[in-house]
Amino acid sequence: MAQPGTTAAGPADPAGSNDRDRLPVLEAVDLTKYYKTGAARARPTVVRAVDGVSLALYSGEITALVGESGSGKSTIARVLAQLERATAGKVVLDGRPVRRGRPRWYRRYARRVQMIFQDPFSSLNPTHRVNYVLGRPLRIHGYARSRRQTEEGVLRLLEQVELTPASQYAGKFPHELSGGQRQRVAVARALAARPEVILADEPVSMLDVSIRLSVLNLLRRLVTGSGAALLYITHDIASARYFAKTTLVMYAGRLAEGGDSEAVTQEPAHPYTRLLISAAPDPGRADGTSPDADSGEPPSLARPPRGCRFHPRCPHAMAVCKEQHPPRADLNTTHWVHCWLYLDHNGQP
Amino acid sequence: MTRTDHEAVLDVQDLSVEYGSGRNAVRAVEGVSLSLRRGEVLGIAGESGSGKSTLAFAMNRLLRPPGLITGGTVRYRSRSGQEADILDMTDEELRAFRWSELAMVFQSAMNSLNPVLSIRGQVVDTLRAHGSRKPRKEEQARTVELLRLVGISADRASAFPHELSGGMRQRATIAIALALEPEIIIMDEPTTALDVVMQRQILSVMMGLRERLGFSVIFITHDLSLLLEMADRIAVMYAGRVVELARASALYRHPRHPYSYALLHSFPMIHGPRIELTGIRGWPPDLRATPSGCAFHPRCLHAMQECHELLPRLGVPSGESGHEVACLLNEGAGLGPVPQELAGR
Repeated sequence: MAQPGTTAAGPADPAGSNDRDRLPVLEAVDLTKYYKTGAARARPTVVRAVDGVSLALYSGEITALVGESGSGKSTIARVLAQLERATAGKVVLDGRPVRRGRPRWYRRYARRVQMIFQDPFSSLNPTHRVNYVLGRPLRIHGYARSRRQTEEGVLRLLEQVELTPASQYAGKFPHELSGGQRQRVAVARALAARPEVILADEPVSMLDVSIRLSVLNLLRRLVTGSGAALLYITHDIASARYFAKTTLVMYAGRLAEGGDSEAVTQEPAHPYTRLLISAAPDPGRADGTSPDADSGEPPSLARPPRGCRFHPRCPHAMAVCKEQHPPRADLNTTHWVHCWLYLDHNGQP
Repeated sequence: MTRTDHEAVLDVQDLSVEYGSGRNAVRAVEGVSLSLRRGEVLGIAGESGSGKSTLAFAMNRLLRPPGLITGGTVRYRSRSGQEADILDMTDEELRAFRWSELAMVFQSAMNSLNPVLSIRGQVVDTLRAHGSRKPRKEEQARTVELLRLVGISADRASAFPHELSGGMRQRATIAIALALEPEIIIMDEPTTALDVVMQRQILSVMMGLRERLGFSVIFITHDLSLLLEMADRIAVMYAGRVVELARASALYRHPRHPYSYALLHSFPMIHGPRIELTGIRGWPPDLRATPSGCAFHPRCLHAMQECHELLPRLGVPSGESGHEVACLLNEGAGLGPVPQELAGR
């Protein structure tokens, strides 16, 4: 059994991937993001949205980041996309730490790392037609140098996201499209940059159930085809099981558990993961196994609990849980958990 | 599941709702007939634009222009056996009827609560608006009791909505809905804005209260997986019509409408085998241009020539009772035998 904490595989391998020779495309190392709110001069309140999170994305693979609202999962995506500056820790792209500030650094970064937002009703400018929305990144990133190249590129992108006949969609405004069609345009816009990493923040949660799967399946095909790495952020752990190779579970700004999706969802180790799974709708559930009506609420991140942040809600909380954040315990090569139930008091498994 | 006798507390017949009028009118609900039995949870499942929320608002006469009820009846039968058509009520009757007999919980708790009134204040407000003449002390005691029922402790009663989490706010709206002990509670996507754990907590509270207080629930949501677990019977709506109505267990095991079948195969399950899922091809219908015949035919894998022209009526397939479906594939409702795929699960 490997050492606990980050010493075993290093932060480069928090997902516990099997093939340890492979290098991640995008990595977060001890990423921390605090927000200051309230009266800034008098006594700012610091909200610890993300605290020491490490994760790695591999090319051609889908990694799911699962958590409730306020768990910090979207903050991670925004920091990874460089829409926010990390308070501490670093983002490593292709082995090199990202350095802000050099000329056109963001444009170069955005060419390689693209984001898909949750709400296709607000992420597309209502005054622009589809061909403008898709043509612009093609020109900015230098894939199209003439009007004809742009037109062809736009049509190709629309075909890639299965909006066919493409010529029919190119001239439309967002309001002329349904939610599912809009989100496909948003996917196409991300693809226009030919990115190595796609960060998808709840890409289907605003869509009707009947078309969620088709958009997820589309994303999966595109990732497999292009070899891009995909971070799939969701609150729906069942879809993580279906869609992602690796699943990371986040609670109150910290990672709780991670590993192979099937292992995490079928043999959850962390009490929080178990709570999350027991709360998920399950039509096959026998009557009476419904979880407790009083399982509490997530803590305020302005004043997070000491030790393990889940301990006030945890049915197994021990003395040590109230004092110290549990280091990582490796359950096997592809499954790890931050929980004292799997560690002795010295932090050894 | 318990104490469901077959007497209908609410009986909707042939209800139709249009938005706008004349040539540009959009028919949001078309000829819907449903009955809610005393003590049951009736689920209404449908996608955006299926008419499920419009139906709920119409039953309660809450539609605003350009929404217009163009036909049908909504009969309410009280415990003492009196019957009345909600659509015929005068404003005065309606005011007396709403909330004391039929209450509603909306999707956005933040928008349905008054931001400048404490939670306690809003419960008291509801009691007084409906003619409570109790002494202040009793009123306060009743308020604390109502909040306790939904899991809000007495020391949180003086909190304002913005001081509460989304889940706590939705609990408060449920307490307000329960204030006058209504016979029926209509819940329109009550937990859609909440996280799964909070959703589960609130639904457990709600189901526990129903056991104790014996009210009936109409639960409207796009999340069929939730209804399968909670509802006694489920009506599946598509493009303004009910296309299938069945007991939850029957719908889960033997869906008869291709749309229900496809919906059941549209969400991944947390347990059980990991199967390839496809979703439903095409897009939800545009009500400004509803397809001819069966509105689902452009997306249906079993569509036949007849489906383009004939509008299937809701009927009982042979050999079934209490299971209604509007599809030409089902005997009794239309033409042919049930396809293999739809015959068993």
